[in-house]
Amino acid sequence: MGLGLFGYEPEGATVNVFERPYDDPVRVLDEHGAVVGDVPDLEESDLLAVYRYMRIARHFDGRAVSLQRQGRMGTYPPLSGQEAAQVGSAYALGADDWIVPSYREHAAALVRGIPLTQTLLYWMGHEDGNRAPEDVNVLPVAVPIASQVPHAMGAAWASKLRDEDAVVCCYFGDGATSEGDFHEGVNFAGVFDTPNVFFCNNNQWAISVPRERQTRSETLAQKAEAYGIDGVQVDGMDPLAVYAVTKAAVEKARDPDPDRPRPTLIEAVQYRFGAHTTADDPTVYRDDDEVETWRRKDPIPRLESYLRTEGILDDGRVASIESDVEAQVAAAIDEAESMVRPEPRELFEHAYAALPTELERQFEALEALREKHGDAAFLEE
Amino acid sequence: MSETQNLTLVQAVRDALYTEMQLDEEVIVLGQDVGKNGGVFRATEGLFEEFGGDRVVDTPLAESGIVGCAVGMAAMGMRPVPEIQFSGFMYPSYDQIVSHMARFRARSRGRFTLPMTLRAPYGGGIRAPEHHSESKEAFYVHEAGLKVVMPSTPYDTKGLLISAIRDPDPVIFLEPKLIYRAFRGEVPEEDYTVPIGEAVTRREGEDVTVFTYGAMARPTLEAAESLTEEGIDAEVVDLRTVSPLDREAIVDAFKRTGRAVVVHEAPKTGGLAGEITAIIQEEALLYQEAPVTRVTGFDVPYPLYALEDYYLPSVTRIEEGIREAVEF
Repeated sequence: MGLGLFGYEPEGATVNVFERPYDDPVRVLDEHGAVVGDVPDLEESDLLAVYRYMRIARHFDGRAVSLQRQGRMGTYPPLSGQEAAQVGSAYALGADDWIVPSYREHAAALVRGIPLTQTLLYWMGHEDGNRAPEDVNVLPVAVPIASQVPHAMGAAWASKLRDEDAVVCCYFGDGATSEGDFHEGVNFAGVFDTPNVFFCNNNQWAISVPRERQTRSETLAQKAEAYGIDGVQVDGMDPLAVYAVTKAAVEKARDPDPDRPRPTLIEAVQYRFGAHTTADDPTVYRDDDEVETWRRKDPIPRLESYLRTEGILDDGRVASIESDVEAQVAAAIDEAESMVRPEPRELFEHAYAALPTELERQFEALEALREKHGDAAFLEE
Repeated sequence: MSETQNLTLVQAVRDALYTEMQLDEEVIVLGQDVGKNGGVFRATEGLFEEFGGDRVVDTPLAESGIVGCAVGMAAMGMRPVPEIQFSGFMYPSYDQIVSHMARFRARSRGRFTLPMTLRAPYGGGIRAPEHHSESKEAFYVHEAGLKVVMPSTPYDTKGLLISAIRDPDPVIFLEPKLIYRAFRGEVPEEDYTVPIGEAVTRREGEDVTVFTYGAMARPTLEAAESLTEEGIDAEVVDLRTVSPLDREAIVDAFKRTGRAVVVHEAPKTGGLAGEITAIIQEEALLYQEAPVTRVTGFDVPYPLYALEDYYLPSVTRIEEGIREAVEF
């Protein structure tokens, strides 16, 4: 077990997570929850919040997969195993910061204020699922791989040009680092020194393609080198390490050190326990043994064990959190399922600021047909 | 007599790839998840085991890379068959498609040709997530130098895909994923071709000609059948290839009835229906008894699935379009 720099820095020194070998991930807790690095300065309430978010995410994920299986929801991309990376990073952002997610960041979105109901609605095929509440700084889910990376750079550039403080954290996977958009976005960030955190959820598999087939590079973190920005690997199944690294990257982005680039590429090494999506069967391409090995690194028992050792959690509190979490997810599902099918007018709404005449005509034609034949005529198989 | 198998459309894709890979070792398949996983729709199932990882290649996740390297291979005379997982993810490779794949022959004055076939599933109706349901064939039809094929039956799929792979020019082969497994059809085990650029009449009729292709062929035929109860006898022409269009077949079929309906799930404006209407105007104006009716997707972003049934032409909408053309 290699101790990270967190373990060695003297108290009070500026911990620099950016000057370490790319293949030496920052760690705080080991697989059993024992402290192996510097524990970030978090209040008890924050630690409990992180734990609770992770529990919500895990429970939500299980429920979402079964909703899909029961035909109550469309295709859904599960996140189990990736809770620490999402919650730890999103929790490290400031109130005015933004996240730019891919399609698996349900937990990060929740931390940043996207209600669970909203996430459910999106995967249930409702247009409203894509609309973040006004005061929530989250861009819409980006499905085309890596296409959101340049957006994150542009959003951060806007913040810089306007002398604002907002930092923009962009999420993407290991597969995304093979796409042109990833390289273009990160390169721009280097050139224009924008307040960005590029957070790579390296979950080892891009559907069936293993991480080692995406790139010959030993790490993904080292790709930062090519663009002159900082790159760091973190144990993505260690919520406290993820928090600490993201916090350091966010602070550097916000209050730049003249000797360092503002942007950081974080490679959070983790594993997706489940399928790529509910349409995928991972048993075709990966071994159960591998899954089991990674399951032993499960972020949730790891943090729980630490919090129990610290006297922050006990059986009673865990049980009470468990039942709260179940109730919260159940309420979100009830709410989402109580939403009626959107009106067909929603097809046309928001295509433009003002609906062009031709589209108004197309909508009227649709309405005339509904009038004549009833909705059943459209909903046939 | 050749033996036949009863295959789904996606199995016919796989059978065509298998057949051509056996006959020609210069045929290789490359893309995301096409190897060990056998393709996300299982269109390449078993090919990795049969032909090995040098001919059935899992690539990094990079559409421009996949198409661009296929261009390079094809320029050297190989016959790559790149797969893009969903047509909605072709856009990173759009530059490669329009700037190079379509123009290599013309730009090199015939020195280089690109015998490559770019496959991608297209279209809606499967309750898929965002960007997984679009029908954007018009983008590629608009680009000279490309052929664009959109089959609707297992038999045609195998025959057309083999034609595409053997074609000296690049072909974009758009597969209707809605009907990948909707039904089975008899498919010869042997290699055979269906010519690119030839439409086929699926149903003879006296009153009106309905042009369609791909996944819309089935609801169109269903609409035509059901309208016989109203005394309407509709002809259904399946274009099969949308570039080059079978102009002669379109004009001949139109002249028989003087009335036309075009059905496609792609948006209305700038869609194939406009081109077919123009062909009719140019060649058969004096035969025309009614305006051409377009039954298409709306000019809006493809919706999330809760509303997709309203977006896609349904049997009812197609029937209504046919009535409109007949009753004019």
